[in-house]
Amino acid sequence: MTTTEKPDYKVIGTRPIRPDGVEKVTGKALYGADIHLPDLVHGAVLRSPHAHARIVSIDTSAAEAMPGVLAVVTHNDLPVVSNKMMDMGEGISTASDMSKNVMAADKALYRGHAIAGVAATNVHDALTAIEAIKVEYEVLPPVLNVQDAMREDAPLLDESRHTKTPAGELSDNASNVAAHNRFEGGDLEAAYAEADIVVEREFDTKMVHQGYIEPHNGTANWNSDGTLTVWTSTQGAFAVRSALSELLQLPVSRVRVIPMEIGGGFGGKIGLYLEPVAALLSRKCGRPVQLTMDRTDVFQATGPTSGGHMKGKLAVKDGKITAAEVSLAFEAGAFPGSPVMAGAMCMLSPYEVENFKVDAYDVVVNKPKVAAYRAPGAPNAAFCVEQLIDEVARETGTDPLQFRLNNSASEGSRMITGVAHPRIGHEETVEAAASSDHYQSPIEGPNRGRGVASGFWFNAGMQSSVIASVNPDGTVNLIEGSTDIGGTRASLAMQLAETLGIEYDSIRPTVADTDAVGHNDVTGGSRTTYASGQAVYEAGLDVQQQLVARAAQLWECEAEDIEYADGGLRHTSDSEKSMTFAEIAGKQMETGGPIQGRGTVMARTPGAAYGVHVVDVEVDPDTGKVDILRYTIAQDVGTAVHPAYVEGQMQGGVVQGIGWALNEEYYYGEDGRMENASFLDYRMPTSLDLPMIDTIIVEVPNPGHPFGVRGVGEVPIVPPLAAIANAVHDATGHRFTELPISPRQVVEELHNLQ
Amino acid sequence: MKEIDYLAPSSLGEAYAALSNGKTSAFLAGGTDIIVQLREGRKQVDQLIDVKHIPELISYAWTGDGGLEIGASVPFAEIYEDDEIVRRLPAVIDCATLVGGIQIQSRACFGGNIGNSGPAADTVPALIALGATLTLGSADGTRDLPLEDFFTGPGQNVLGPGELIIKVNIPPQPANSGSFFHRFIPRNEMDIAVVNVGARIDLDADGERIEGARISVGAVAPTPLYVAAAGDALAGETPTEDTFARAADIAAEAATPITDMRGSIAQRVHLTRVLTYRALNRALERAREA
Repeated sequence: MTTTEKPDYKVIGTRPIRPDGVEKVTGKALYGADIHLPDLVHGAVLRSPHAHARIVSIDTSAAEAMPGVLAVVTHNDLPVVSNKMMDMGEGISTASDMSKNVMAADKALYRGHAIAGVAATNVHDALTAIEAIKVEYEVLPPVLNVQDAMREDAPLLDESRHTKTPAGELSDNASNVAAHNRFEGGDLEAAYAEADIVVEREFDTKMVHQGYIEPHNGTANWNSDGTLTVWTSTQGAFAVRSALSELLQLPVSRVRVIPMEIGGGFGGKIGLYLEPVAALLSRKCGRPVQLTMDRTDVFQATGPTSGGHMKGKLAVKDGKITAAEVSLAFEAGAFPGSPVMAGAMCMLSPYEVENFKVDAYDVVVNKPKVAAYRAPGAPNAAFCVEQLIDEVARETGTDPLQFRLNNSASEGSRMITGVAHPRIGHEETVEAAASSDHYQSPIEGPNRGRGVASGFWFNAGMQSSVIASVNPDGTVNLIEGSTDIGGTRASLAMQLAETLGIEYDSIRPTVADTDAVGHNDVTGGSRTTYASGQAVYEAGLDVQQQLVARAAQLWECEAEDIEYADGGLRHTSDSEKSMTFAEIAGKQMETGGPIQGRGTVMARTPGAAYGVHVVDVEVDPDTGKVDILRYTIAQDVGTAVHPAYVEGQMQGGVVQGIGWALNEEYYYGEDGRMENASFLDYRMPTSLDLPMIDTIIVEVPNPGHPFGVRGVGEVPIVPPLAAIANAVHDATGHRFTELPISPRQVVEELHNLQ
Repeated sequence: MKEIDYLAPSSLGEAYAALSNGKTSAFLAGGTDIIVQLREGRKQVDQLIDVKHIPELISYAWTGDGGLEIGASVPFAEIYEDDEIVRRLPAVIDCATLVGGIQIQSRACFGGNIGNSGPAADTVPALIALGATLTLGSADGTRDLPLEDFFTGPGQNVLGPGELIIKVNIPPQPANSGSFFHRFIPRNEMDIAVVNVGARIDLDADGERIEGARISVGAVAPTPLYVAAAGDALAGETPTEDTFARAADIAAEAATPITDMRGSIAQRVHLTRVLTYRALNRALERAREA
């Protein structure tokens, strides 16, 4: 469904084949670990066996003396860096924390924390050598969840860390709480006093991993002239470049980052892990060095998203939400920077809530430093709020979608940040879900239930640069710098084709390295089709303008007399004079030389996304297993540039949400060891665990984009946790407030097992 | 993974010689467990002995009295694609089609699953329920033993140095008997059993009374369990909800599981009861169809 008359697009809304498709399905695409350079050597990383330990000493001499070993590095090889804030696009960290996460300084803060790196002539020698590095640890008690970490007598990860309070001051006592923020508005007590219904519950979630197939990798070549080239699998080559420049204290222009194809990221391939270690090893041994992780390393040492503890309270009067009070404490991992603020700002955004108090705590624990994961923070927070909404809707006897509609935010309503919503599509999306065949069909049979939930994500804008080079045959090379993790080569080429009025197949997009195109922020925040799309549109207009000037020269008339339309030029008053795009492209040499369109944006009007999900489950009461019977997602996507990829994003987000809801979790022993650090025991759903995910594309165009685009990739993971919990409640009568809703938890609860 | 020697003996004699060359060894059949263990550093050996070139280990055959002998390295896919085995020994198919996924089943084998000796091994409860024995061989000769006597602990068994598993022997099954293998995993595929159960029911000629039963439970103790008492409790009884529930209770009482990332003690004891009850019902259906 679409809310307004859509312009008569020629390319937007079609489903062409992606430019990188053939290379990928034939196995020819080059990923990070496919790089083979002359003289390339391999390395290995020594990792902490302890979750929390002081590093008393590191003796690398035996390893350095081993045959085949070319270089050994530790944190001491990294330059001292400041506490400068580093904005990586999704997730902020200080340079100093980033450096300590790359290789541990005085303390190992989680099991798997990198301690040292070795380069050797082959990987077997490197693996043997890391075992010869002697590290003396003073083992400390680990802190493994937010409640423990927030206790006054908790062991501290960093004795010098104090809480940044809502007033912007630092707490007197050192603490594992890095920051406490608060949003407040209206009068809570008055709302509670007048309320018909007040519900209050506590919720717990566990750390979960993005689960991309391709492990992290990094290959570095430090040239003798002091320039550094890095090949890596990343969502943001420019973010890697600026971070390497800061961590290694090199001028930005001396660092070149070549983004390889990326085997999944979901937010987790923005930070740096191996690249600086490979760079230091390369500097020491004078040869290019490649480091790769195995799956255990990926789980233990790279970006999960936070688990946490949440407390929520809702008040309702006459069917309207009158008050919301929520406290969120999220695990940041070893260093500050959990997405708790994003969760706090998203969870109430589908609704109008006048009286509210929201507390957000960013808490360090002895687990890997969290990284962005698809709408970071929002799914956990929605797990809390959307279950409370379900509960009050039930208590008022209102259909849960109708309840959401009755309380929906719309253009002009204010978020808890005080910012007013521009044109948004939550109401349209609720209506689309309510009128779906799924929701209109009854759910029947024992142990079955239906749940719904809404989700919100801001979407990001940020910076993008592209170049469009016009070729003499009328084709165009589009040089962009946004790494392609979700079909953005196609979605950007389509927007350029639409702007220029030419065929999609005439555009050849390429993701360039950091030396070859202007700055581009990360492919994250669902920003690329939106923001880089805007840059592409600007570049297209630039090309149009230059073509008009060339035609004016040929036709000896004023530029104002020429109109660019339908993929060509025509004289506004002389119908004899017209040229196709290809014709004018062929006259570049005689009219002044090559034509290059340029587009650069700092995009500020991303247009938020809403999704409303409907799910049917069946619970086996004897085994506790939850089967997903049917799933429908309705989502406002603004304008679906490539509907197949939009549907793919919607389905992919739902599937990751289903995994998070039912089985995925970091399972820790008391010693702080993640015991399920493999895909065997970290249970992501397989195709056999899923029904077809039905999609309903809702199009409420974003007024802040030339084609009405809104980001689509993140919001689909926001509602599933709550929607499934609501469905399991409907099926069993039991409300599950802890994730995952695994067979173990369900059977223990339903049978009252100890 | 560090460097390792690879040997591929083409006879039992060569294999025994390789086993006595003074190096630490692991067997490579399908490799679906050992390769992962070596890569993850959970096991370290000097050499891998590939047992896929030894004739006795890569063939299977029916015996004259209706039993089935399966060479230790025969891949599961070869077994479950044999229509006669599908018809005559459905419980063997139940487990062979559940181990790993399709790619795994094309390589993995009974000998590997048994030799790896995991408490949750999916083929073991089915084979114990069927009364299977193992033939082990070494330079000194061969010996046979009941499968349930093979395991001594997680990843541990009675194989001596220089010894290997040659074949699994499934004896002829009684007339009017039916067997079923059932496991519980949180996903629908690619997972390790939280609990698994194999059950066989032997009915009398009229199909009214139970003459005997064998019940085996996995993943609830350091080794797969043969719970003789649970089967014995059914002997002479008529198959009813009550008698099956009683047998299921006995099986659950025999369970001494641990809590780990795959399940809790309470969950596993509970599931032992649930799965035993379900397996007995399905075995009964098959016995009546027989």
